[in-house]
Amino acid sequence: MRDVAIVAFAQTRHTDHDAGQTEPELILPVIDEVKERTGLKRFGFTCSGSCDYLAGAPFSFVSALDALGAWPPISESHVEMDGAWALYEAWVRLQHGDIDSALVYGFGKSSLGDLNTIMTIQLDPYYLAPLGLDLLSYAALQAGAVGADRKELDEIVRRSRADGRANPYALDLPDPDGEDFAVQPLKKTDVPPITDGAAAIVLAAGDLARELCPNPAYIRGIAHRIEPHYLGMRDLSTSASAADAARAAGVGKGPVEVAELHAQFPHEEIILRRALELPGETVINPSGGPLAANPVMATGLIRIGEAARRILDGDASRTVGHAAGGPCLQHNLVTVLEA
Amino acid sequence: MPSDPLVAQHVLEFPGGYTRTTGPVIGRFLSELRGRRIVGVRTNEGKVLVPPLEYDPATGEPVTAEYVEVGPAGTVTTWAWVDEPLEGHPLDRPFAWALIKLDGADTALLHAVDAGNAKALAVGARVWPVWSDRPTGHIRDISHFAPEVTKIVSSVRAEYRLQAGGALRVFLEGVRRGVFLGGRCESCDKVYVPYRASCPECGSGIADTLELPDTGTITTFAINNLPDPRAPQVPFVSAYILLDNADIPMIALIGDVPAHEVRQGMRVRAVWVPESERTASMSNIRWFAPTGEPDVELS
Repeated sequence: MRDVAIVAFAQTRHTDHDAGQTEPELILPVIDEVKERTGLKRFGFTCSGSCDYLAGAPFSFVSALDALGAWPPISESHVEMDGAWALYEAWVRLQHGDIDSALVYGFGKSSLGDLNTIMTIQLDPYYLAPLGLDLLSYAALQAGAVGADRKELDEIVRRSRADGRANPYALDLPDPDGEDFAVQPLKKTDVPPITDGAAAIVLAAGDLARELCPNPAYIRGIAHRIEPHYLGMRDLSTSASAADAARAAGVGKGPVEVAELHAQFPHEEIILRRALELPGETVINPSGGPLAANPVMATGLIRIGEAARRILDGDASRTVGHAAGGPCLQHNLVTVLEA
Repeated sequence: MPSDPLVAQHVLEFPGGYTRTTGPVIGRFLSELRGRRIVGVRTNEGKVLVPPLEYDPATGEPVTAEYVEVGPAGTVTTWAWVDEPLEGHPLDRPFAWALIKLDGADTALLHAVDAGNAKALAVGARVWPVWSDRPTGHIRDISHFAPEVTKIVSSVRAEYRLQAGGALRVFLEGVRRGVFLGGRCESCDKVYVPYRASCPECGSGIADTLELPDTGTITTFAINNLPDPRAPQVPFVSAYILLDNADIPMIALIGDVPAHEVRQGMRVRAVWVPESERTASMSNIRWFAPTGEPDVELS
């Protein structure tokens, strides 16, 4: 295995509304920022994550390439999922040994349509999508399966929102109050905010990492696992795939100072904390997490970026970034980062 | 906003719908649904997957060709309550999403349950499918599930004809005149009202009636929040009233006073209907109303 590190991370100041920018306009500033931080103008590999259904425009990720000078001989790929998986693909590509740098980005504007029902389209087309099962409903089914204490859930939302207010990139959201249900047992304040935003990360391998950055965040473990799609074939109260991915990535091999979890709903944080076997000392989502800003398709990449930033800034020596995809935490990617 | 020329609406749609082939396994399930049967498929390890998949999600192995009829009833394993259904949901009234383990299945089917309200559903609840009128081979051939029948409502009605003879007739004749009649037991020295022919304590006969005043004291009361055709309003108060000189309290309504002001020891007097409307019936007394006298200390 080659040493591969995150050497730069940038994200937009996310908005809770459509600011009218095209996708290239949204991602250009973060790509410029990581180029400037690293001094790199070209990369050995480029990989992005997004979802065309958010914009309702086929191949919208292709036009987004305009932001990065997609001129031969660029080597480029895309995943129709969170940018965290684009990072995984770039990590695999760097392991080939013939290139030393990669640019990864993820972006999404969830303000353009009704995200709750758009996410129905990701469900299987025979058994689930025809029922009109929406994002909040399947999340509520999982919240029901977890059966968590309401005070604990409210506290997770309160903490996330408070941390988000201290994070200049996240949204300024009020504390949870009231008993309004979205879909029982989920309260309206348990629902992640509609968010537009993007993020970019630069990976570097071998000696290049140290040349580009004084404190590279080395990827010491990265793994992803998936579970059956159909919700009735899983135990929704736990996440076997997150636990497997965490073991494969080696989360438990050392203390974890900070964990950034792709928990869009407070009960997901409870499931993930258990699955990753995070001790009480680990600081969870100091950025505010997805409950404070949830730019869909960049949210997972931002978790890895936020976990890396603690090391890039010299504040931590071992952190974990987690990303999830699919309904009810179906697919989980865990990254262990070390100084 | 749509009036802003720089804002556009667009729709992503496949006119007429998107045609998908089902393959043999999902196709079998949907064909059985059209026949109002629910089937699962058996895996190599003997588990029954409902709804069926082409492969065992645990091992990735292809499933067997054995289809097993399951249900139609099942048990709710997880549920969530939708107060405001969205367009495209199976029901247009509040309902539950539920994972339902159909009898004979090893996995749970996801569908909607029409339970009326969230309190009517719980993990472990038994539910049955309600079929759509014209099944076509689609997951929504099951319109939704409904809770198992665990109770029915049957009506009971019988008519009777009652006649007030004897002591009750004597008492009601007194009420017609605007008087409460009681009776004293000679051996126990207790005054009973309404008038009765024998003493419940010693069994001796009570021969003579005794006129009692229509004033008394509330010994205990209840505030009733359910409407009653005989009551003045909701909430209304029914009370035990110990008529002056009587030893046994009589039950009656209390009126002309807010319910929360009624108290034990309160002095009350019967409010009679006008003389022209009087009959030999307890409806002669509208209710008892406070007299305004000081409360009485009850022993």
